[in-house]
Amino acid sequence: MTVTEQRPGGEVGRDRRRKEDARLITGRTAWTDNLSLPGMLHLAIVRSPMAHARITGIDVTAARGAPGVVDVFTGRDVADLQGSMPCVWPVTEDTVLPAYPPLALDEVRHAGEPVAVVAARDRASALDALELIEVDYEPLPVVLDMEEALADGAPLVHDAAGTNRCYTWILDSAQAGTGADVARMEAEAEVVVSRRFIQQRLVPAFMEPRSTVVDPTGDQITMWSSTQVPHILRVLLSLGTGVPEHKIRVIAPDVGGGFGGKLEVTPEEFIAFAAARRLNKPVKFTESRSEAMLSAHHGRDQIQDITVTARRDGTVTGMSARLLANMGAYLGIITPGIPILGAFMFGGIYKFPAYRFECTGVFTNTTKTDAYRGAGRPEATFALERIMDELAVELGLDPLELRRRNWIERDEFPFTTAAGLTYDSGDYAKATDRATELFGYDALRQEQAARRAAGDTVQLGIGVSTYTEMCGLAPSRVLGQLRYAAGGWESASVRMLPTGKVEVVTGTSPHGQGHETAWSQIVADQLGVAFEDVEVLHGDTRASHKGLDTYGSRSLAVGGIALVNACRRVVEKAMPVAAHLLEADPADLEFTDGAFRVKGAPGAATKTLADCAFAVFQSHDLPDGVESTLDADATYDPENFSYPHGTHLCAVEVDTETGMVKIRSYVAVDDVGRVINPLIVDGQVHGGVAQGIAQALFEEARYDEDGNLMTGTFVEYTIPSAADLPDLVTDRTETPAPGHPLGAKGVGEAGTIASTPAVVNAVVDALRPLGVADVRMPCTPERVWSTIQAARAANGGELR
Amino acid sequence: MTRISMTVDGVRYDDDVEPRTLLVQHLRDRLGKVGTVVGCDTSNCGACTVLLSGRSVKACSILAVQADGADVTTIEGLAGDGGELHPVQAAFHEQHGLQCGFCTPGMIMAAVDLLTENSEPTDAEIREGLEGNLCRCTGYQNIVRAVRAAAESMRTSVPSTPESAEAAEAGSRQGVTT
Repeated sequence: MTVTEQRPGGEVGRDRRRKEDARLITGRTAWTDNLSLPGMLHLAIVRSPMAHARITGIDVTAARGAPGVVDVFTGRDVADLQGSMPCVWPVTEDTVLPAYPPLALDEVRHAGEPVAVVAARDRASALDALELIEVDYEPLPVVLDMEEALADGAPLVHDAAGTNRCYTWILDSAQAGTGADVARMEAEAEVVVSRRFIQQRLVPAFMEPRSTVVDPTGDQITMWSSTQVPHILRVLLSLGTGVPEHKIRVIAPDVGGGFGGKLEVTPEEFIAFAAARRLNKPVKFTESRSEAMLSAHHGRDQIQDITVTARRDGTVTGMSARLLANMGAYLGIITPGIPILGAFMFGGIYKFPAYRFECTGVFTNTTKTDAYRGAGRPEATFALERIMDELAVELGLDPLELRRRNWIERDEFPFTTAAGLTYDSGDYAKATDRATELFGYDALRQEQAARRAAGDTVQLGIGVSTYTEMCGLAPSRVLGQLRYAAGGWESASVRMLPTGKVEVVTGTSPHGQGHETAWSQIVADQLGVAFEDVEVLHGDTRASHKGLDTYGSRSLAVGGIALVNACRRVVEKAMPVAAHLLEADPADLEFTDGAFRVKGAPGAATKTLADCAFAVFQSHDLPDGVESTLDADATYDPENFSYPHGTHLCAVEVDTETGMVKIRSYVAVDDVGRVINPLIVDGQVHGGVAQGIAQALFEEARYDEDGNLMTGTFVEYTIPSAADLPDLVTDRTETPAPGHPLGAKGVGEAGTIASTPAVVNAVVDALRPLGVADVRMPCTPERVWSTIQAARAANGGELR
Repeated sequence: MTRISMTVDGVRYDDDVEPRTLLVQHLRDRLGKVGTVVGCDTSNCGACTVLLSGRSVKACSILAVQADGADVTTIEGLAGDGGELHPVQAAFHEQHGLQCGFCTPGMIMAAVDLLTENSEPTDAEIREGLEGNLCRCTGYQNIVRAVRAAAESMRTSVPSTPESAEAAEAGSRQGVTT
């Protein structure tokens, strides 16, 4: 039997408009907060106003008597019921895993920590009653700065731990046998460049605030939640509370964005679960935006000390990264692992013979950190691409030329890096050539030189970022070696309905990515059915009992293969049925263009999968031993990550008198392997780049000295509007992922990973003649202006 | 409680409301108009934008009692009686102007108002005009393109079909999108 991979003129590669849109553009969307159940109670949460304090008393008497209030409870009241929040990624044997009760018991460790809960007949009554709850706090010393937290005698976030150090994780290529010794390279280097970069704290800021509804009244306890990870949530709810897994059903209905921010199992979900069980009534909790800013996990927040060594001819010889990573006050499900996802990427696309990475996780009295789009890899790529520019300046080379001299050439793949990863494929020169052409690199350099010579008050800067990323999380064996508690496989089921229509069940859990559309395109080609005849089911553990959900650019790269494999099994199962219907030998059949036919007999009779599905439904006349179903499942565990790459170029104009940065042009050429739906891929790049630009120019979560979040609403935490962002030029090169039946690599995080260093490199490049060698993110006008003033003062006020 | 009366998406509702009730709470919690959503508590995000007697308003920034007697159009009432999409809805679909779709109801209503004001906006005017509506998914690129396409289709009043839009798109795309 022969199976063709793709129909000519088929669905894959086509700009299909999304199936999801019909409900989203007409307001018929199923957001969790839209749900209303009979007798449902509404929850509101008292949150700590203190960053660190002992709870000495909670008086809920007045609140209990308030109109509409049904129940008020504290952590003590539900201590036996509420369970404890899990962390599934202790990265070392001695990682400190502090107790993390969903509702605080005796002590609060960050502003916003849940302290007490009101359940009322409506949301307004619940919120009113919050005001009547009296909590007595005894303030404790607060520690916010990571270096201070590690100093002797620092206040402890968790007394019982005896330290604020969560872990130290080291990857040394000399010790691992994957490369040379960084220390020796530093001793022998002709050029050494060291820099400290600060990855500011960010807020994922998904547009839909998190919401959870729990209905305990059925045979299973059902939780609807605005989550990226319904399957992981079900497992961890069970393990964390002791409720048997088969008695829990989790549903992620329409979910309004995540960006890693909903790759979490949250105290609010555990609190709602406990409330529903305590009251035996459906409950709903929907957070306000201010609560989301305070309590949903944050991202980034690293201090990065980077050293690169090189020869005078520009050949890099070693890379060393020492990080402090802010965990916040508690550990979310994968908080310790986020910097480790970056640990393998500080070498990027370059042939560093020696590599060392060391990261220390640090507890502070702040909101916990965890995944945010890119999760460890944007941090690594930023530091690498920034210091490559600094090295280029040191060597007097054009930044692109330095990169050309060091990157892995197309004929050197597969390439094993000093960090131990084996990159599957790529063509960095091709993507870079295309990007420089679209950008007009040489002309912009000429304009820059002219403006510099003229001493223009508005200087032009050009920023380069040539990146790769590891995505398609992840090979389960690698995750096991990294001490992650789960695997990285993905699952798919294909159900052939009697009338020839198809239901596809995926273990991925989309929240804006368009899986319903892209998966339909893949299935249409694989099975020869119409795009419209495919229904994609996801996000409900009753329909989709098995899966590892959506994050880490994994859904297509991993789940897509499971889907293709399931489709191939359907075709294999249909083969004997088709042969029977065609009165032919199965060995003589082929499946092409959606139909079975005798090989080499054009014009002969054909049978479609629909014909086979109906024959199997009837089962009146099946060959002996043929099962009465064509349905098939597949689970796929990748052997390696996938490695998209690309080149992003950014031109900025910086007003040296005001510090204002304006992006003049931005070109993104990405290679994400073969593209299923170009429209969706472009959209992912647009949004990813926007979030990376936002880190470079606009966003920072800041605390005051007492640990109060000063950026607690969209007034202070300034996510960019349409007026703040440029029109992007996007293009692609296509280097198919080898061994992947679709050739796809993943695109969800690429834009975010690439863009931040491109923008900051451009800002620094613009100001280089003023003696500026770095600008801390976000490069706001105030910060740029201050940096210029400091450089001018240091240089005697003149252009250098 | 205050007695108010309003027409929402063509249906008249008479209700007693607490004076402090926001219009968006009234729409969602009382009238079941959950197509309109709440994304923030500081009137920054614009996700709750509706048309109040034809002009866009953030439904979190006015009280239900202030809308007494008003004619409110939400995202649920924008399409025609036969279900034919408003040109702005159609354009958001054709141009991939949405991903997660949470900002979309407000974004579409704001865009409808923008085009009422200015039937031929430049890209810069579209970006300025939608400044009060936040989106985290799209980088706004395809939203701008969708509003531009909607403006064109409303000016020419020729309803675009998926095929014609796809053909036009293929012609303008050529591997590079700007």
